[in-house]
Amino acid sequence: MSPLLSVRDLKVGFGRDPRANEVVKGVSFDLDAGKTLAIVGESGSGKSVTALSINRLVDFGGGRITGGSIMLNRPDGPVDITAADEPALQRIRGREIGMIFQEPMTSLNPVHTVGAQIEEAFRLSKGLEGRAATLAAKEALERVRIPDAAQRLGYYPHQMSGGMRQRVMIAMVIAANPRLLIADEPTTALDVTVQAQIMALLAELRAETGMSMIFITHDIGLVAGIADDIMVMQNGVAVEQGPIDAVLDAPQHDYTRHLLNAVPHFSGGKSVRSDGTRAAAAEPLVKVDNLVIRFPAARGLFRRSAGAVHAVDGVDFDLMPGETLAIVGESGSGKSTTARAILGLVRATRGRINTAKGRRARPVQMVFQDPFGSLNPRLNVASLLAEPAIAAGQRVDARLRERMLFLLRRVGLSEDALTRYPHQFSGGQRQRLCIARALMLNPDVVVLDEAVSALDVSVQARVLDLLVDLQHEFGLAYLFISHDMAVVERIAHRIAVMYAGQLVEIGDAKSVLSAPQHSYTQRLIGAVPAIDRRRQTFKVDTTTVPSLVRPRGYEPPPARWRDAGADHRVRLED
Amino acid sequence: MQQLKGAIAAIARHPSGRIGAAIILIFLILAGLGAAGITPHNPLKQYVVDRLKPPSATYWFGTDLLGRDTFSRLMLGIGESFLIAFASVGIAATAGTLIGLFAAWWGHLWDGILMRIMDVLLAFPAILLALLIVAIQGPGVVTSITAIGIVYTPIFARVVRAPALALKAREFVEAAHTFGSSQRYILTRHLLLNLIAPLTVTITLALAWSLLTESGLSFLGLGSQPPAPSLGVMLAESKSMMTRAPWLMIFPGLTIMLAILGFNLFGDALRDILDPRTQGRES
Repeated sequence: MSPLLSVRDLKVGFGRDPRANEVVKGVSFDLDAGKTLAIVGESGSGKSVTALSINRLVDFGGGRITGGSIMLNRPDGPVDITAADEPALQRIRGREIGMIFQEPMTSLNPVHTVGAQIEEAFRLSKGLEGRAATLAAKEALERVRIPDAAQRLGYYPHQMSGGMRQRVMIAMVIAANPRLLIADEPTTALDVTVQAQIMALLAELRAETGMSMIFITHDIGLVAGIADDIMVMQNGVAVEQGPIDAVLDAPQHDYTRHLLNAVPHFSGGKSVRSDGTRAAAAEPLVKVDNLVIRFPAARGLFRRSAGAVHAVDGVDFDLMPGETLAIVGESGSGKSTTARAILGLVRATRGRINTAKGRRARPVQMVFQDPFGSLNPRLNVASLLAEPAIAAGQRVDARLRERMLFLLRRVGLSEDALTRYPHQFSGGQRQRLCIARALMLNPDVVVLDEAVSALDVSVQARVLDLLVDLQHEFGLAYLFISHDMAVVERIAHRIAVMYAGQLVEIGDAKSVLSAPQHSYTQRLIGAVPAIDRRRQTFKVDTTTVPSLVRPRGYEPPPARWRDAGADHRVRLED
Repeated sequence: MQQLKGAIAAIARHPSGRIGAAIILIFLILAGLGAAGITPHNPLKQYVVDRLKPPSATYWFGTDLLGRDTFSRLMLGIGESFLIAFASVGIAATAGTLIGLFAAWWGHLWDGILMRIMDVLLAFPAILLALLIVAIQGPGVVTSITAIGIVYTPIFARVVRAPALALKAREFVEAAHTFGSSQRYILTRHLLLNLIAPLTVTITLALAWSLLTESGLSFLGLGSQPPAPSLGVMLAESKSMMTRAPWLMIFPGLTIMLAILGFNLFGDALRDILDPRTQGRES
């Protein structure tokens, strides 16, 4: 039997001279019906361009296929997509090859209800009109496990969560019963537990419909459970490809080995840090006591206060010198708001935050998530690094310059960086600059708010190593805010888990990761993709986060805790 | 210095930037010569025998009813009009930038008050508002400058406020708060420095609009007062002799048109060059 899709020596270029600017440099693979191929690589590896070439969407992005062939086996004989004309391609796109993208909000039209958009998909692919289309749309929503499907048809995209929107996208795509589904990082913008739900849904749909899938991702752990074959790409070349077990268990190429070993992977508490034990006698550097942060939720014409968003609800923890406390949780859990409150960027409604104010004016510094957004593009590195010092009333003199050069060297940047501008650095280098800037005033505590989340996986690993080195050298305490359990496992001594504004579990990293007690922590850790969990299939589960908007005057019941170990506390569930 | 060289090179590469810059440069040279007194004839002297002469080798653009040389008068008029345009845009850019910046920075009530005042100013047609101010103050060069300056202030306030609001929410401003940077430092280094691109473009385009408004005011007799030759005044003087001496109308009209075209082309080029989305596309 010939494969559904057969790509031979595919070359894709961009710009005025596509042959000179090739992004994909000769990629070949076969995909059988009902099988799943995972394309793994970092940004710039050409993985997305390869996938976009298969339905020729790459043409709209300015790309040109400069060589090779893409044979799609249709019922009426094979077609070479590289040679097909636009009308033929329009018939293939959607009907034969469906595609889902990373950001479901931008893929859906915000001014139409999701029902109307799914009906449109059915009208185009099957010619359904009126009631028949509405019925089909409802069935499609049920197929992607959206509860109360009939009611949700009338929702607009902004009324749904990210995971729901991605389900709607999937419903639209499978409306046409495509034989091939291309998923381009479909879960990257989603929370871990939602990601697990989408992955489970895709696996079930594949079993139901028998469609093939091409799954593009930067996370090699994510595809371990769903893919049959894997192709690892680097700089436009497939450096390794083969059955998933062969590649994961016996990687041949250095880059595959690097992705598997050097990059943070979650291993259930087996690779936590062993350095540094908690000095119980020491005075905490940061002591957060019953922190409550609420934002008024006003609605209506006269902006009456209808209640409040309980962003953070009674959080307390201590941060000791030299330790890393990771606050983990999903979007909306209040972890970033907590960090911002410690820096004074958000005002606490109630509660106390004590930072050890002895030696320095600003003992707490922060590194932000987005290395592109947190550096002023119009200032050179010397000005950027000088800012904290100027703010602290220091003079810009030879001594300050000496400190800048020392820190630049220390974070692994060359000294000539001083006169350069942020756009001349890569993402990883910029984050190193941000770290150097945070260290300018010799702080005791550095708050790292998703500090490595925007970086490529292998860059992530190197920045994490740097952070650990700096922690030893300067005796820093880190408050590490992250949603990524694999990263947290590498850097945290202690872990605090937040859910819906509340702390649900806190304790020693190894203990929390290997023996989670709270049901949410268990769900969170269970959802983290890992290479070890290759055979595990996720159950489709549609639990959603409760609303944080509470009526005026609402007070949550006081938290009750139980001990689950020497340094491990769990909030009791009702 | 390097950046200036790069900017000039970028403008020279841009087709409409090249043309716009050339037009503005030629007018600036003419105005400079006129101001220095280097004109073919004395612009104020009345050559009584040569009244209403059509363009010739002696009088390049002809002469008017009083026998004054149109070309020499134009050189002076350009200078006068440019002076008023530059001065008024200077006022508008300074006032508008400050208002927009503080409206964005303080937010809430101040934002509401300042921007509603700007909206009221913006609701009047430019020339009508300028007329109103001149009617209160009495005609003259200084009044023209203030009036046109006030008229174009809201445009700058609007142009500055929106990106300033966006910049205020950027992470680098938040980072500055965590260092404890002073308000002045944040406003100048983080906000104003990033507003240079939209400001430069708006200034160039506002020069074209204010030139037109100034000509309108002078035409109505409310700007520069005769015998000082201003483009609007010359147009006004020509209208009774439109059929007998069309050159008196054509040349000042063409000058106004070309100057505005020059500023607009230059402004378009600056917008293309300074737009971050086009930056780095060529390099």
